[in-house]
Amino acid sequence: MGRLRFGFAVSALVLLVGGAAAADVKLVYVGEISGSIAVSGGNFRDGVVLAVEEVNAAGGILKDKIALSQLDTQTNPGIARSQMQKAIDGDPYVVLGPIFSGNVKATMQLLQQAEIPHLIGGEAGELTTLGDRYLFRTSFGQQIGMPKIANYIRDELKAKTVALIWVNNDFGKGGRDNLIKQLAERNIKLVADVSTESGQVDFAADVVKLKAANADAVFVYSNEEECARIMREARKQGLKGPFVGDTTLLSQKTIELAGEAANGVQGHVGLTADAPIPAVAEFAAKFQKRFNYKPDHNGIKGYTAVYAVKYVTEKKLGKFDRKGFAQAMHGLTIAPTDEPAILMETTWDNVGEIDRISFLAEVVDGRQKITKILPKLGK
Amino acid sequence: MADILQLLVAGLATGGIYALVAIGFTLLWQTSQTINFAQGEFVMLPAFFVLIGMSYFGLSFWPAVALGAVVSVIVLGLLFKRLMVDPMIRHGVLPLVIATIGLAILFKEAIREFYGADAQPFPPMVAAADVTVLGVAFALQSLVVLAISIAAVVALQLFLNGTRTGRCMQASAQNPTVARLLGIPVERMILYTFLINAALVTLASLLITPIYLAKFTNGEWLGLYAFIAAIVGGFNQVRGAIVGGLLLGVIDNFAAAYLSSQYRMAIPLLILILVILFRPQGLLGRIEERTV
Repeated sequence: MGRLRFGFAVSALVLLVGGAAAADVKLVYVGEISGSIAVSGGNFRDGVVLAVEEVNAAGGILKDKIALSQLDTQTNPGIARSQMQKAIDGDPYVVLGPIFSGNVKATMQLLQQAEIPHLIGGEAGELTTLGDRYLFRTSFGQQIGMPKIANYIRDELKAKTVALIWVNNDFGKGGRDNLIKQLAERNIKLVADVSTESGQVDFAADVVKLKAANADAVFVYSNEEECARIMREARKQGLKGPFVGDTTLLSQKTIELAGEAANGVQGHVGLTADAPIPAVAEFAAKFQKRFNYKPDHNGIKGYTAVYAVKYVTEKKLGKFDRKGFAQAMHGLTIAPTDEPAILMETTWDNVGEIDRISFLAEVVDGRQKITKILPKLGK
Repeated sequence: MADILQLLVAGLATGGIYALVAIGFTLLWQTSQTINFAQGEFVMLPAFFVLIGMSYFGLSFWPAVALGAVVSVIVLGLLFKRLMVDPMIRHGVLPLVIATIGLAILFKEAIREFYGADAQPFPPMVAAADVTVLGVAFALQSLVVLAISIAAVVALQLFLNGTRTGRCMQASAQNPTVARLLGIPVERMILYTFLINAALVTLASLLITPIYLAKFTNGEWLGLYAFIAAIVGGFNQVRGAIVGGLLLGVIDNFAAAYLSSQYRMAIPLLILILVILFRPQGLLGRIEERTV
């Protein structure tokens, strides 16, 4: 019996040591695998998984394989905090996520104190203004995207009045505040300001309010599922639009859920799998093959985040150094010629805000059609 | 005025669905003292049965609906009664209530595991279009939902009051002992009630899912709203459930439009508190006395 126990102990030790040797760069995805924005979190997660599989197949980062773990925030800030603490206790090199801005806000202080770099999917404008030197975006903050959309409303749609429907969470509130400011600067009048709840399913009353406003354009700013429900209800009630929005309104998931109701929607997208860029198309095909669905912008965010970690660690540091990583990311530009899997030239400024090209798009026959490419702001 | 009429029709359409689900609450309570807290998940499930028929068996929409309806009636009617209610009810109402809460969690998590946490699109029964009546444009889908809900309720009432089986079911609900003495197969009547409930939730599912999308969490608020509707209308009266459902749908829509979207969930709960305080038997319910 004693020999048997000894044998088990030795086997367990060998397995533990072996496991650690095979995978010793810890990346952790802390994001929304379930809950009201599971669509976005799931896309981001799958983008991360795809990139990690590719990187590991190619030998890992600095020849060390990536050990990826996943923790579900359930789109709940309270759970996000406990999951983030759990992630920190695991001593990760970099944290990927969360996607939900409210969860980013609830957890960023923990990561900042632990001095762990985190590449987030949250887009609320204020996240990069809170002094976190370890926070980096993977997509535009609202203060970058909203001026582009406001210009579009003024110059392309020639709208003088806008009715706004938005989701009342950190993401929606940040977008609403930014948009109102941008519209006011362009003398565009806001004639309806309709607040909705995250996870809301019945938008009949809200759409009646939008109809009553009789605006030149309707701006929809919510998460994918709610965007789809709003569009379905709007079409059901015969609200004509035009409907304008940012990335979530034109995302693949919204189009899939809204069906025909999404046709005609226009707006600005920071990232899209339909971008007329060969590298993006190649990524989208790989993603589709691996997960059997078409990625949205969150898939690209997760995928490029892992490759940003790889690039900085290998090309800028040559070692695993969290502090060094954060320092190297500020002011960094990664071009596709340096790292093809970054897909598009990407720059992070000194507060972790991101800059890259973006797109104007319209949904035509259930597909997102890019109508214009907008240059990087820094160019 | 046009806004008010549109809100009224949209509210009645939603309320009609609440009514269908609330009727199930009252039927089960009257015939077998069953309070089914998985009723919301019962509405969520049939839509997924239809989607499974379409995606896994390659059926087109209407054959998938037929398959989904049959599976729903078997699973949510027959099996629910045989496997959960019959063994549990002899231990009293409370253990059964707790068991149905567990069943709700089981259904929800099973769908999440099997079908994923994402919402799924669900084909509408009619295309999105407007119907103009007296110069006011109404959504065709709302009108169809309202019409089907009313037709279902009327058909149910005709069945309960106009057929021998329906009257036997009512007799079984009112006094099972006397019903047995009169030769009515009470157990079979109770089973019919469960099957009717399963049919009603299936109909509700087909009507509401195209608008709200198929998602594993859909049952949470639907079950709550229908439960409130049943209590507000009168838990022991089918007509109470109808009135409660319609009233709740309309009030909810008007509250969201003219009071506050943020507090729309609070309004039904406020109504529930007021009814319990001032008219505990519900608006159309009757006072019941039970021997303890």
